[in-house]
Amino acid sequence: MPRFLSRISLPFILKRLLIAIPTLFVVITVAFFMMRAAPGSPFSNDRRLEPAVEAQILAVYGHDRPLHEQYLTYLGDVARGDFGPSLRNKDKTVSELIGEGLPVSATIGGLAMFFAFVVGGGLGIISGLKQNSAVDYGLMGVATLGISIPSYVVGPVAALVFGVWIPIFAPGGLDLGRMTPYTITLPVITLSLYYIAGISRIMRGSMIEAMRSNHIRTARSKGVPEREIILKHALPIAVLPLVSYIGPASVGVVTGSLVIERVFSLPGIGSFFIDGALNRDYTLVMGVVILFATLILLMNLVADVLYAILDPRVKY
Amino acid sequence: MRNKNGLLSASLAALALSLAACGGGSEVSPDTLRRGISANPDSVDPHKVSSQWENIVIGDMFIGLFTDGADATPVLGMAESYEISEDGRTWTFELKDANWSDGEPVTASDFEFAFRRILTPSTASQYASMLFLIENAEEFYGGEVEADQLGVEAVDDDTLVINLEYPAPYLPGILKHYVSFPVPEHAIEEFGDDWTDPENIVVNGPYRLEQFRTGDFLRSVVNPEWEGVEDLCFTEVIYFPYDDLDAVERYIQTGRLDMNNSFDGQRTDELRERFPGWVRTAPALITTYYSINTELEIFEDTRVRNALAMALDRDFMVNEVLTAGYEPAYSLIPPGTANYTEDGAQVYWADMSQEDRMVEARRLLEDAGFGPDNPLEFEYTYRSTDDNPRVAPAVQASWLEIADWVRPEILQKETQVQYALLRQGDFQIGDGAWVADFNDPKNFLFLLQSNAGPMNYGRYNNPEYDALVEAADNERDLDVRAQMLEEAEQMMLDDMPVIPMWYQVTKNLVDPTLTGFVDNADDVHRSRYICREG
Repeated sequence: MPRFLSRISLPFILKRLLIAIPTLFVVITVAFFMMRAAPGSPFSNDRRLEPAVEAQILAVYGHDRPLHEQYLTYLGDVARGDFGPSLRNKDKTVSELIGEGLPVSATIGGLAMFFAFVVGGGLGIISGLKQNSAVDYGLMGVATLGISIPSYVVGPVAALVFGVWIPIFAPGGLDLGRMTPYTITLPVITLSLYYIAGISRIMRGSMIEAMRSNHIRTARSKGVPEREIILKHALPIAVLPLVSYIGPASVGVVTGSLVIERVFSLPGIGSFFIDGALNRDYTLVMGVVILFATLILLMNLVADVLYAILDPRVKY
Repeated sequence: MRNKNGLLSASLAALALSLAACGGGSEVSPDTLRRGISANPDSVDPHKVSSQWENIVIGDMFIGLFTDGADATPVLGMAESYEISEDGRTWTFELKDANWSDGEPVTASDFEFAFRRILTPSTASQYASMLFLIENAEEFYGGEVEADQLGVEAVDDDTLVINLEYPAPYLPGILKHYVSFPVPEHAIEEFGDDWTDPENIVVNGPYRLEQFRTGDFLRSVVNPEWEGVEDLCFTEVIYFPYDDLDAVERYIQTGRLDMNNSFDGQRTDELRERFPGWVRTAPALITTYYSINTELEIFEDTRVRNALAMALDRDFMVNEVLTAGYEPAYSLIPPGTANYTEDGAQVYWADMSQEDRMVEARRLLEDAGFGPDNPLEFEYTYRSTDDNPRVAPAVQASWLEIADWVRPEILQKETQVQYALLRQGDFQIGDGAWVADFNDPKNFLFLLQSNAGPMNYGRYNNPEYDALVEAADNERDLDVRAQMLEEAEQMMLDDMPVIPMWYQVTKNLVDPTLTGFVDNADDVHRSRYICREG
């Protein structure tokens, strides 16, 4: 077994997974009652219902029963893996909807993360190595812009410039359900910009710190070539803070997708979540909340495990 | 160092290359009609929907006894002919020879089945009440009578009889509405709730659903069994639920949409310039009105209600704040409503100038006992969507102008929440709108009948008004009926339980190279009438 694997403790992972269950339970409970506390119902909109009709509809969906009963029923269903029917999208269940939307969101989110780490990491390394040079200032200036301009501004502008004026990419939407580079490049880049900026700043800082550390000075004094110093001795240390950034960043990509999917008319779970919240589609919102919470817990666990693999000092 | 840079630029180059290689969208066939429908359909089951955007999709798939003409007037659909009994309560329809898309014949029993299904509570149709004019429909819905007592009967395969509670001259308007569409009994029995899945769905209209990706698109293709299949200009119709109007403009500019059923009314002029010939508006059967909670003590006095109503400077709001084309409203029923009198009813102060109205409003309030020592304090809530947030400050300003002891507070509510509060009667003065479901005055006046329950937001209760509207229901002579309805509306307007604000317009963007799109108040435009020039 490779040495680094031995640093992962199975009991640790099991413990974390077990802690995830009560966490999820709390998330479900809070979300359930918050959702129900909001005024309005999935069956009300501009259309006014006759009282008799409304009562019947509530009964059909079990919404005429006391809230705590509905809550217990829902918990039972979720425990069996049944998220129930969507209250608004009447032809589909929540699981079917997530099945339709998740591939889109996951592809765009995953690509954006990958892109952000490659580009952001690269830029950060360059900046860190050329600290206080014109290149450094230039890159960090751009990075600061990237952090400060929200994606609901960047998105429409990017769509206008690269989708309409210089039409090299789609101005939004998918190609009848197909994800092609033509359709998803703009959303992926827009989503990744913020993280490119954040990652490059983190990478720059940790690179500068690593290059100043004692073991690098020792290596230099022993005459190790600069390239080898950077690749073998500085990078592995400098990259550590990025790993701990994976957790929060993946959360950000998930929530960021809410905006991006809206701006680019993408049928991902982020769009479903917003529509669901506005329409009081309780089951759909709950399903997405549970999915998001699970993903976030998992990504944090993955980050911790990666950390243990990369940093010999960390033991669980 | 160089190595690192090299790696990075190589990967970027590779990415760029792969993107360039796949660049360009797929070509769209000229036989495809692409319609923006502004929101995702809840369902394609005619019994489970309640919105206009769903009607766009569903109306291309199903045809009722009546159907929409190009201008949305009711024309014969599945019915070949019909007869109305002497008392106007029994309608007998002879059906055409027509088939479902799977080759099964469309029979009278499909209609009977459909009416029973939508009126069965477990179907959970939000629109069931629209059919309560059918004999025993309400009782059947309430579980008081059996299905065989419902006033819809398939006499044989080709003959359907509908009995009504009262003569309703607007029945064809209801029979072309999706609440009255037939549904395939054989397919629903076979597939249950999954009958609307694209692989199972069976239709009797020109297009059949082929794909339904939530929040992305729906695609329908020609139904070869449709009687007019040869005349269809498009072999497929794709519906896009785009709700972001900026995005819609981008899609139009890049040639990805042929039509869209809405646009930002504030930008009408700009859109006319950017997309010449695309902007289409027409008077719609939609009235925006503010409900006054008549159960509150301060609003009990009709003088107070009229004063607040007349103070609002509608001309300013309509011309300076709202969508181009909106008209100031001085009645609840919009002009152009069928089966109504020529001029309709009007608030008694409609002919006064705005200055005079202000003076009169102040006088009325003073008469009602308000003044510096007894200020009129109230709250106005409005919906967060559309033009409503923009117009709210103008509404407040108008009221403030009456006198400094008139103290309105304005409060924005999420649209969903606003309607919930209105229904619960938990408001003082509240903004809302009504879109007619069928073209008849009754569709507006019933909102203020005391038995309308939560739909009568302000809980207006006038037995004389109720009696008049009910009497009109039983009147066979259309002219007499119209007179009675006008009298009822006038009575209601004098009481001013609702403040009519403006009549809305339809807002469509339509490629000028398309023919067959006819502006109409119902805002229904079936794909089968639309063609592309050249």
